[in-house]
Amino acid sequence: MDPVTFLTQFLMPALWQGLVVTLELVLLTAPFGLVLGIGIALGRQYGGPALSTACAGYVIFFKGCPLLLLLFMLYFGLPTVGITLPAFTASVLGFILCNAAYNSEYIRGAIRSIKDGQMTAAQALGMTKAQAIESIILPQALRRAIPGLSNEFIYLIKYSSLAYMITVVELSGAAKLVATKYFMFNEAFLAVGIVYLALVTVTTYGVHLLEKRVAVPGMTGKSPA
Amino acid sequence: MSDYILRVVDLHKNFGEREILHGISFKVKKGETIVFIGPSGTGKSTLLRCINQLTVPDKGHVYIDDDEITGCGHRISEYRQRIGMVFQNFNLFDHLTAVQNVEIAPIRVRKMDKKLAREKAMEELRRVGMEDWADHYPAELSGGQAQRVSIARSLAMDPEVILFDEPTSALDPELTREVLEVMKDLSKSGMTMLVVTHEMGFARSVATEVVFMEGGQIVEQGPPSEIMQNPKHPRTREFIGKISEH
Repeated sequence: MDPVTFLTQFLMPALWQGLVVTLELVLLTAPFGLVLGIGIALGRQYGGPALSTACAGYVIFFKGCPLLLLLFMLYFGLPTVGITLPAFTASVLGFILCNAAYNSEYIRGAIRSIKDGQMTAAQALGMTKAQAIESIILPQALRRAIPGLSNEFIYLIKYSSLAYMITVVELSGAAKLVATKYFMFNEAFLAVGIVYLALVTVTTYGVHLLEKRVAVPGMTGKSPA
Repeated sequence: MSDYILRVVDLHKNFGEREILHGISFKVKKGETIVFIGPSGTGKSTLLRCINQLTVPDKGHVYIDDDEITGCGHRISEYRQRIGMVFQNFNLFDHLTAVQNVEIAPIRVRKMDKKLAREKAMEELRRVGMEDWADHYPAELSGGQAQRVSIARSLAMDPEVILFDEPTSALDPELTREVLEVMKDLSKSGMTMLVVTHEMGFARSVATEVVFMEGGQIVEQGPPSEIMQNPKHPRTREFIGKISEH
């Protein structure tokens, strides 16, 4: 088969379907991963001894557990205790658990980098700790965490391919199926590589725009002239 | 209702083995400006922080009007709304513009309507001469400007008392003057103020009472003329002598 026919007739339609699944995986994971990550970071930083230890334990566990192993446990392991998850759900759940663990570390680091005086001033004005965290600490911490969080988001785009290992036919899986069927490995994998590169490039540019939008003089990036 | 807007009774605070406050008591009437002076590390800042419970005292009581602040549990944030505080390092919220710094507490704590809060914030910025800088971020302000914004931020909560913790110690003399001018105006307008400072000129011109502290205790207190020209205690005399040299 000539490469052009392969590309237009078989590869592109397959990659398109795979891309949709990859985007679904990523876009479903990211918001929950962020919210859970914020929760864990706050629990660790401001929680009592029990909560703080529990959150630290969460991070150790999910940072230490290979993602593939986690997906296997969720998809193949859980049914033995009576919980059966569809492959897509198991993938998203695994990604969220992993994504949140890393996000929480970036956010916690950002929280710790904020001067104590910010919290003190907020409390002196009559804010409760929760109000101060919401209005003063988090808006600053999240700005500072953007580079780390965006890195994590880019990793997520790429490790979402692990879903294929538990039968979710996303971008990489789609490429592999077509490649195997037509014995066109180089063409298929090169094409899918370009798609990933495009996704990451678009994300990087998006993050750049976001950073510019939320930039505060003297707080993030360049100091004022 | 008590004659005194603020009462501090037998306040004690230790940091580990070190005793920082050793039985401090005093009373403040509405509209008074009390200036605390004394060598560094004598507990003046700790005293202010113990008043609004940013530092929890080990023993003693603090009352605003007739309400006890000490040991009030979660109601502390209500009392803190009535007690403003201005810090040595300004502690403006870095991610907010000047006007946002001033309006955030009325909006979040008082649940004030955003438009009203903005008007009020602009009014307070005018009061400290910073209305033209409303849309600037803290990093774009000089120290003196930042401190004036932080005073406006305090004022926006309509506090009954404002605590000033070395408000000009991080500023050079020129910027110090612009902040002291604002504080003098405030004092004259009837605001009740507790000020920890080394600015003797300020103490002389606006203080109702000067309190000399050393070793976590009040050594001597009285009207500025008395404390500064005719101190009774030898330690006060020595301290006043030292700081008047320059």
